[in-house]
Amino acid sequence: MPINGNEEFRPKIVAFCCNWCSYAGADLAGSSRLAYPADVKIIRVPCSCRVNPMFILRAFEKGADGVIMCGCHPGDCHYSTGNYYARRRMTLLFSMLDYIGVEQGRTRVEWVSAAEGVKFSATMNEFVEKIRSLGKNVRLEDLRCRN
Amino acid sequence: MQRIGVFVCHCGSNIAATVDVNKVVEVIKAEPGVVHAEDYQYMCSEAGQEKIAGAIKEHGLTGIVVCSCSPRMHEGTFRKCAEKAGINPYMVEIANIREQCSWIHKDIEEATKKAVILARAAVAKVNLNTPLKPGESRVTKRALVIGGGIAGIQTALDIADAGYEVDIVEKTPSIGGRMSQLDKTFPTLDCSACILTPKMVDASAHEKINIYTYSEVEKVSGFVGDFTVDIRKKARYVDMTKCTGCGVCQEKCPSKKGLSEFNRGLNKRSAIYTPFAQAIPNVPVIDTDQCIKMKTGKCGLCEKVCQAGAIDYTQKDEIISEKYGAIVVATGFDIIKLDQYDEYAYSQSKDVITSLELERIMNAAGPTKGHLERLSDGKSPKNIVFIQCVGSRCSDNRGKSYCSKICCMYTAKHAMLIRDKYPDVNVTVFYIDVRTPGKNFDEFYRRAVEEYGVNYIKGQVGKVAPQPDGQLMVHGVDLIDNKQIKMEADMVVLAAAIEPESSVRKLATMLTASIDTNNFLTEAHPKLRPVESPTAGVFLSGVSQGPKDIPETVAQAGAAAIKVVGLLAKDKLLTNPCTAHSDELLCNGCSTCANVCPYGAISYEDKQVNDHGIRETRRVAVVNTALCQGCGACTVACPSGAMDLQGFSNRQIIAEVDAICR
Amino acid sequence: MQELINRIKELLADKTVERVLGWKAGDLSYNPEPAYFKTEDELENFVYDGFCGANLSKYMIEAAKLEGKTLVCLKPCDTYSFNQLIKEHRVDREKTYIIGVGCKGKLDIEKIKAQGIRGITSVSGAEIDGDAETLEFETVYGKKSCSYNDVMLERCYVCKGKEHVVYDEIIGESKDTSEGADRFSEVSRIENMSPEEKFAFFQKELSKCIRCNACRNVCPACSCRKCVFDSNKFDSAQKANTDSFEEKMFHIIRAFHVAGRCTDCGECSRVCPQGIPLHLFNRKFIKDINEFYGEYQAGEDTESRAPLTNFTFDDCEPGIVGERG
Repeated sequence: MPINGNEEFRPKIVAFCCNWCSYAGADLAGSSRLAYPADVKIIRVPCSCRVNPMFILRAFEKGADGVIMCGCHPGDCHYSTGNYYARRRMTLLFSMLDYIGVEQGRTRVEWVSAAEGVKFSATMNEFVEKIRSLGKNVRLEDLRCRN
Repeated sequence: MQRIGVFVCHCGSNIAATVDVNKVVEVIKAEPGVVHAEDYQYMCSEAGQEKIAGAIKEHGLTGIVVCSCSPRMHEGTFRKCAEKAGINPYMVEIANIREQCSWIHKDIEEATKKAVILARAAVAKVNLNTPLKPGESRVTKRALVIGGGIAGIQTALDIADAGYEVDIVEKTPSIGGRMSQLDKTFPTLDCSACILTPKMVDASAHEKINIYTYSEVEKVSGFVGDFTVDIRKKARYVDMTKCTGCGVCQEKCPSKKGLSEFNRGLNKRSAIYTPFAQAIPNVPVIDTDQCIKMKTGKCGLCEKVCQAGAIDYTQKDEIISEKYGAIVVATGFDIIKLDQYDEYAYSQSKDVITSLELERIMNAAGPTKGHLERLSDGKSPKNIVFIQCVGSRCSDNRGKSYCSKICCMYTAKHAMLIRDKYPDVNVTVFYIDVRTPGKNFDEFYRRAVEEYGVNYIKGQVGKVAPQPDGQLMVHGVDLIDNKQIKMEADMVVLAAAIEPESSVRKLATMLTASIDTNNFLTEAHPKLRPVESPTAGVFLSGVSQGPKDIPETVAQAGAAAIKVVGLLAKDKLLTNPCTAHSDELLCNGCSTCANVCPYGAISYEDKQVNDHGIRETRRVAVVNTALCQGCGACTVACPSGAMDLQGFSNRQIIAEVDAICR
Repeated sequence: MQELINRIKELLADKTVERVLGWKAGDLSYNPEPAYFKTEDELENFVYDGFCGANLSKYMIEAAKLEGKTLVCLKPCDTYSFNQLIKEHRVDREKTYIIGVGCKGKLDIEKIKAQGIRGITSVSGAEIDGDAETLEFETVYGKKSCSYNDVMLERCYVCKGKEHVVYDEIIGESKDTSEGADRFSEVSRIENMSPEEKFAFFQKELSKCIRCNACRNVCPACSCRKCVFDSNKFDSAQKANTDSFEEKMFHIIRAFHVAGRCTDCGECSRVCPQGIPLHLFNRKFIKDINEFYGEYQAGEDTESRAPLTNFTFDDCEPGIVGERG
C-alpha cells in the first residue's frame, strides 16, 4: 500500500511462537519454502502461556504495527494446560485493547501445530495483509498525548 | 557487559544465496556487546565448530550467537561446542535465518535486513543470558505401585523382572482387583481366575516384589527420583507371619452378617474373612464392625480355634515410611452408584442387577454357585433384558459424558454365555450403539447375534416397572422399527458406567498429579506421553487413566513399567535448567502461580527474608526445579514479576521485542 | 454509631483486640480518614458516617504483621475485598476481628460540590443511624440541602447488596442502594462506540493522569510488595515522564493484573484526584469474564479458582472479540 504516494508501508510485526508446535510449524513453512512477508519476526517462547501481556504492549509501544501469538492447538499443549491459560489471557487483553479503540485486527491468536506449515504461512500472509490495510499503528503510541 | 561472538552460517547456499552474509557480519559488529563476528560455509561442521571454539579463546567470548538453521536443529550442537570451549552452554543463542528467513524470502536485500534484525534480537537476548547449570537429583531405585489389580500386578511384575524393587499397596485385604471378580473374559471366554491367579502368585512369590495389602497411601512428599511415602497398614488383627490360611476361624466365626464386598453384597460373610478363596495373601482380616469380640468383648472364638495362634485383637494400624524413585497409580475403577436412575428400579427390585453382580452370579464361587437365578425367589429366569449405557454417554449430569468402553463387549459375553448354558432363556439387549473396536471384538459380538440368537434392539429403555407378581415390565423404544416396546422380563441387567475409584482424587492431591473433571488421571501428553502424569515420576496404569479393557490395561501396565525402569536405571537425574524461580523479595505469597502450575512444582514456605534491612518472616513461593518443566505459566500469573523463567526471562524477551521493533 | 463505639470499647477492654481500625474525624466535616485506635480516649475521635467510604481491608495486610488481634470495621462491599485477600494469603483471618458495619450508601463530596454546595461548615443527615433522606448543610453561604440518594458514590448505585460475606459480628443496618441499576451500562455504552470514539474517550481520560499512584495505593487487589512498575523485572522501571511506556500502559496493565481479583470496590475512581473513571477498566474485565467464562464475583468466597487461573476445554477463542463486533 503506497504511503505518501510512493514509499511502500512495511509494517513491523512480532510473532510469539511456542517452541513445541508453532515454532516447529514455522520451521516447516520454511523447509517447505512457503513464503510469507519478511515483516514478520518470530520470538521463540517455551509455551504460549509464557507470553506476558506486558510483552505485547511493549511491542506496540516500541512501534510494532501488529502482534500475533501462536501456540499448540488447545488439547495439544506440550505442558498440557499452558495454552488454555494463554487463551483466556489473550481474550481478555485483546478485548481490552478493542475497548480502548485500538483496531482489533492488530492482535491475533492462532493455534498452529508442528505439522501446519501451510497454515503458518497462510496465517502470516493474511495477518500482514490485514496490518497493511490498517496502516501504521499510531493509537497505542498516542494514547496519552495531551491534546 | 558480555563479550559476544556472532557466527553467520552460509549453510552452503541455503542461507548465503538469499542472505548477504558478509553484510550481516559487518552490521552486527556494531551491536553493543559484539566483539567478534565471522561467517563460514557450514558452522555445524567440525571446522565450523573449531572456528567458534577458537574465537571463544582468542576473543575471550562470554556469549555466542549463531545465525544459522533452526535452533531445533543445531542448538544442542552449538551448546556442546561452547561447553567444550569453556563457556556455559546456555550462553548460546540461535538466530534462525534459514527456516525463518532465507528459505521463505527471495529478495536479497529484504532477507538480509531481516537476518540482521533476527541477529540483533539474539544478541540482545544473549546480553542478558546468565550461565545456567542443570540440577542433579538422586534416584531411589525402588518403585511404588498403588493398586493391586491386574494393572498394578502387571506393572509390578514388569518392573521387578527388570531387576528393581517394587512395593504394591492395595487397600483391600487381597490383590486381584476387579478382574478377580469377573467370571469369564471377552473375546476368548477364558476364565478370569484361571489367567489372573497365576499372575497374583507370581507377584507374591517374586523376590523383588513386596505387597502391602489392607494398606493405603497416607502421605506423599518429595519429587521424581526421591519420593517419601507413608503407607498405613491397617490392623488385620491376624498376624501375617503366623497365619497358615487354614480357614477354620472363618468357619467357626459366629457372626455371619457382614455383606461380602467381593460378591458385591449379594451374600453374607463371616466377621473374620478372606475376600475369596484364591486371595493373596491368604490371611483373613477381622471386620471390626461385625466382630462380636470387638463390639462386646465376648466371643474370641477365632482365637480359640486358631492352631497357629495368629489372632491378635490388640493389633494397631502401622505407618510405614518408605522411599521411592517412581510411583505408579493403578487404582482402577468401580461402577457408578445407581441412585440417580430410579427409572430402572434398581433399588426397588432384587431382580434388577448390575453387570458386575451378574458376573458374581455366573461365577461358580459366587452367591448362587454359578447358577443363573433370580435373587428375589431363586427361580430360573426365562427372559433377561440387558440395558446398555446406564450412566455412560450421558448428556445430563446424572451420569458420565464418556463411553465406559467395556460394556458392549461384556454384555455380548454375558448374553452369549447365558444363551450357551440356558438355550431356553431369551436374551434382549437394548443399546445406543454397539462399539466393538478391538481385535476379534466385532466377530465376537456378531457371534452373539448370529450364532446365539441374542436379540439386539437399538433404542433406550425409558422405564423398568416392577409388577405386583414380581415380574419386571420393560418399557423401551425400538429406533429402527420406530415403535414403542413393552416386554416382560424376569431379570434386568444394567451396564452401569464405570468411574475411577473414589479415593483417587485424594491420592492425586497427595501426588500433585492432575485429574480431569471425571476424576480420571491426566496424561502428560494425550498422544505422546499416555502413561506418564504431568508430575514427573508419577506414572499411570489401567483404568485410573481412562476406561479400558484387560488387554489394554496389561499393555499400558507394561508401558508404565518400562517408563519406570527407564527412570530407575539412571543413577541421577539432570534437570532442565530453564526453570522458573521466584524472587523472594518481590513475592506476595498469593499462591496465584501455584494455581496455574501443571506440575505441582511450586510450594510455599515461611521464610526469613531481609528486604533492604527489614527482617521478617514471609510466605514466599519456592520452585522445585526437579519438577518444573519451564512452561512459564506462573511467570504471567504473577502480578509482581517475582516469578521469572531462566533462559526466557522477562527482560530477555523484552530485549528481543525491543530489538525487533527498533 | 454509639452502639458500635460501645462494642469496640468492650472488645478493647477485655483484650479481645489490641487495636481498632476505623475512621477518625478529619479536619473538615466530610473527610474522615482511616485510623488506628488503641485506647478509649483515642476513640473520642472515632467516626462512622456516610462519608466513611474508605475500604479498610487493605490496611489489614500490614495489620497482620502486628502483635495480637486487630479489629476492623468493614462495610458489606469491603468484606469482598477482605475475602479476596484471605484467598491470596495476604491477611490473617485469625488475627482479625471483623465488625461488619451497616451501610446505606456512601457519599461523594464531589457530587455534593457539583450541586453548588460549597464552603461547608457542618453536615447533618449523613449519620448512619437515622434514615435521613436529606442532607442538611451549614455553609458559609447559608443553609443548603440535597437528597442523599443524589450524591452517593458511583459504586453505591451498583451496590453489591447488604450482605457481609465475612465477619465476626454485625452492627447496624445495611441497605441495598443499587435499585436494580445495570453495573455495566457505561461499559456497554463505550463498547458500542466506534474505534475512533473509544480512542478519543480514553485518550481524553488518560491524559489527565498525573501518575500519582493513588489508585494503586488504595486498591486492595494492587497489594504487591513491589509493583512491576517499580522494579526492574520488565525494564519498565522508569519514572514518570521519562518514558512513555508506563504512562500509556500503566492503567491497562494494572487492570489486567487485578482482573479476576478486583471486587469492583470502586476505590480507584473514588480516590483519583483527576476524576478519571478508572473503574471502567476493571469493570470491562469483569463484564468480559462474566460473559466469556460465567458469572464471577471476586471475594465472594475464599476457595474458588479465579478466572485467569482457570479454564475449560471449550473456552471461547480470542477471536470472539472481533466477532462480537
